[in-house]
Amino acid sequence: MAQEKLLRIDDLTKVFITGGGFYRSRVVAVNDASFSLKSGKPEIFTLAGESGSGKTTLARIILGLIEPTKGSVKYKNREVTQISKKEKRSWFMKEVQPIFQNPFETFSPLKKVDTYLYDTVANYNMAKIGQSVKEYVNEKLGVVGLSLEEVEGRFPNELSGGQLQRMSVARALLTNPSLIIADEPVSMVDASLRMSIVNLFKDLRDDLGVSVIYITHDLATSYYVSDMIAIMFRGIIVELGPVQKILDDPFHPYTQLLKKSIPEPDPEKRWTEETKLSLSSMEKKEFQREGCKFAGRCPQAMDICTSLEPEGFFVDERTVKCHLYNNSN
Amino acid sequence: MPIVEAKDVSAHYITNVYGIEREVNAVDNVSLSINKNEILGIAGESGCGKTTLLKVLFKMINPPLKILGGKVEYNLNNKKFDILTLSDEGFRHIRWRNASYIPQGSMNVLNPVRRIKSTFRDFVGTHCRMGKREIDEMALEHLNDLSLPPQVMDAYPHQLSGGMRQRVTIALATILKPDLIFADEPTTALDVIVQRVVIQLMRKIQSEEKSSLLIVTHDMAIQANLTDRIAIMYAGKIIEEGKTKEIFKNPIHYYTQFLVGSLPKIGDKSHRISIPGSPPPLNNPPPGCRFHERCPEAEEHCKQEIPPLIDVGDGHKVACFKCTANERVVV
Amino acid sequence: MTVLKDLFLHDRKFRIGFIIIILILIIAFLSFISPYEPDERSMPRKNLEPSWEHWLGTNATGQDIFWILTFAVRNSLFVALVSALISRCIAMVNGLFSGYIGGKTDRVLSTLTDSFIVVPRLPLLILLSFIFKDNITLLFMGLLLGFLDWAWPSKRYRSQILSLKEREFTFTAIFSGMKTPKVIYKEHFPFLIPYMMADIISGFLWAIGMEITLSALGLTNLNISTIGTMIYWANYYQSMLQGRWNWLGPPIIASILTVLSLYLLSDSIGAFLDPRTKLKRIMGGGIIRCQ
Repeated sequence: MAQEKLLRIDDLTKVFITGGGFYRSRVVAVNDASFSLKSGKPEIFTLAGESGSGKTTLARIILGLIEPTKGSVKYKNREVTQISKKEKRSWFMKEVQPIFQNPFETFSPLKKVDTYLYDTVANYNMAKIGQSVKEYVNEKLGVVGLSLEEVEGRFPNELSGGQLQRMSVARALLTNPSLIIADEPVSMVDASLRMSIVNLFKDLRDDLGVSVIYITHDLATSYYVSDMIAIMFRGIIVELGPVQKILDDPFHPYTQLLKKSIPEPDPEKRWTEETKLSLSSMEKKEFQREGCKFAGRCPQAMDICTSLEPEGFFVDERTVKCHLYNNSN
Repeated sequence: MPIVEAKDVSAHYITNVYGIEREVNAVDNVSLSINKNEILGIAGESGCGKTTLLKVLFKMINPPLKILGGKVEYNLNNKKFDILTLSDEGFRHIRWRNASYIPQGSMNVLNPVRRIKSTFRDFVGTHCRMGKREIDEMALEHLNDLSLPPQVMDAYPHQLSGGMRQRVTIALATILKPDLIFADEPTTALDVIVQRVVIQLMRKIQSEEKSSLLIVTHDMAIQANLTDRIAIMYAGKIIEEGKTKEIFKNPIHYYTQFLVGSLPKIGDKSHRISIPGSPPPLNNPPPGCRFHERCPEAEEHCKQEIPPLIDVGDGHKVACFKCTANERVVV
Repeated sequence: MTVLKDLFLHDRKFRIGFIIIILILIIAFLSFISPYEPDERSMPRKNLEPSWEHWLGTNATGQDIFWILTFAVRNSLFVALVSALISRCIAMVNGLFSGYIGGKTDRVLSTLTDSFIVVPRLPLLILLSFIFKDNITLLFMGLLLGFLDWAWPSKRYRSQILSLKEREFTFTAIFSGMKTPKVIYKEHFPFLIPYMMADIISGFLWAIGMEITLSALGLTNLNISTIGTMIYWANYYQSMLQGRWNWLGPPIIASILTVLSLYLLSDSIGAFLDPRTKLKRIMGGGIIRCQ
């Protein structure tokens, strides 16, 4: 019997059809994505990719905000796409909470930020008997390093990006979720405050037992904070496995290219060779490619790469979608 | 010989909306020089005033921004003059020929309803007397150097990807081979792979033309990879300045130490700490050293007096009472 | 009230607009204490020059121009008010359904809205006025204008709603457990209401303009005194040729002042209620995002 997973994604696909009439085009934003998060042992799972990789679409499908075209999303063995709206509100949204990219947009600029906290507590009946709503809220704020007196009655523009993002995390924690989906949570936060938010995710995993799906394009913070990583390219998960394995020694040529492109914060380790950017990095064209979508710029492309899409090959504790790692070779 | 010398520049944003007057201390008594043939980086978090400083240095001063004092001297063709006292007409001659600007979003420079070819003609034509065909040829050659294909000339900006647009913007800023290039977060909106190409491009252009490049970015990794010297800004003031290698190897100011120490690296999973607290509001800055509220070593002295920027050797300057007293202090 | 005070003290446009509209309203309300009935005519008093007894003189049918003007202003404003209210109510309902329900409902409603936009309103109004002529009451006129002015506002409200639906705080509210009606009310209305309020003034503007146009062309019930009908009768009795500016002038000036003040008010209120400037006003101690 398969061990129950916290979250299980199988062959998830989402196709967007844009345009109308004669100019319709299909964009496969998420292409046969499969991965799972263990239950029992909370982990931080990174979904990494550049713009156009499909990571945000995938996150929205998991949150239940978009319907997938094909495939299944099973949270604690319940199929998310089939949960009724009412049940969603009473059970699913308690369990799975989001954190968004822009801390200034997460809260309405015309409302005081603490109203969202009180609303969450009231709507999900979270305050325990004998404890006031304010006490409960203050408790959760303490977990993220804030206090009620710091934020009470404030509007979003009175707080810094770091504080707002922490409030966003505090709000998500109010329902005692088992899974938090964080969509680029630190890309709009200053460098000096970034690590405090990232460290917060570590605390969520270690002290509170909350699993986190961390969506980002920043591989350095992913390396620092996560356990598992999935590298996405044009909707496909090209490499999936333990973060140290993949980022210390990437197998898929795209992962290798990504790693090479990251600037190291060390002036002794500057880039020496020059990379050339080839033309076929025009987005739409790559989406429509036959065979492996990366073949156009892959330095190790073979003939088979332009005709057959690679399936996932399991090698060295990770799954790589690349013909180079075909086990039968 | 510095090509740009800013002395004691102060610039504030003064707004008066529905009776509420507010003065934001964006740049406070900043002195800075940019040398010939060097890449200088200005680092710091958002809201620290670095973009404002850039605007002042490139004379992009529009209300509500107001210069309260200081001068910015350009040293071009053996002539020294203060651009802040120049008329707009006077600066127009310098703009784009001797000093150009790469903004954060490429769409701030590219006209969405004109083809790239026309944009080149507009830009070059205003600053140089050249025929259309000459300009086209020059543009094509320049684009080629930047590994952009000739089809780009006939394209509209929306037909190009973000990375290509930014490279076109860089092409526009460098086509007249200016001595001075200002770049404001040129790669923030770009993907990692394109970012590397753009950074390498800028390095190449600078080293070929031996021009001076001032790049403003909060990304310390890019600073490390691109710049020769760095100036670190905090709450409107420069708190540390020096050669890039020195700053990363031996950061003196506590803020810089935190900044450098908190950066994650691939291959290193050891715990990183970040600075407690958050940057102060610039409309009401704290007295004395602006970092004192977050500094683990703050003393009474620090709350009252503003520490001056002192040279501790080899051009490495720090604005901190304690640090300069003991020369080298490691947290 | 602090809002009004803020605006009045600091925004010149608002100040001027506000003062003028108050003047216009005073003139309109004076009609309630008019010593003359609106349809009273007295031949011996016709075509008198302005004097202390008749401030603006009298017209060709012996009516005191000043007091007729008060009725005219009052009636024109009434028509405009009815039209603005009706049109914005329809637009709001249409926009809300279209924006929030989406799907087929949206497509059907949008097609309906688009067909109304395409209809040329002035020719249609001329035609309808011609048909109904003397049976047009002020209320009917207001309703008629209102039914033709909801299309564009409806589109605007719909697009505001569509963009609000996609903003991140909407999702935050949903995941905070808020049910849809509450999200609309608590998250979106604070943005929509100010927008609609500034928009209603533009409804006023269009209606007054239309009423004056149609009446001046003689297409409405000419027995009721409005700014437009005053102009019509002044022209009918050739007051321009006879140099009787005291008859033609006042309604023209009244119409210009009304439209001008409404425009100034709408512009300054719009700027004031724009969420972006609102943020600048909220409290001292706010962190200013400067770069």
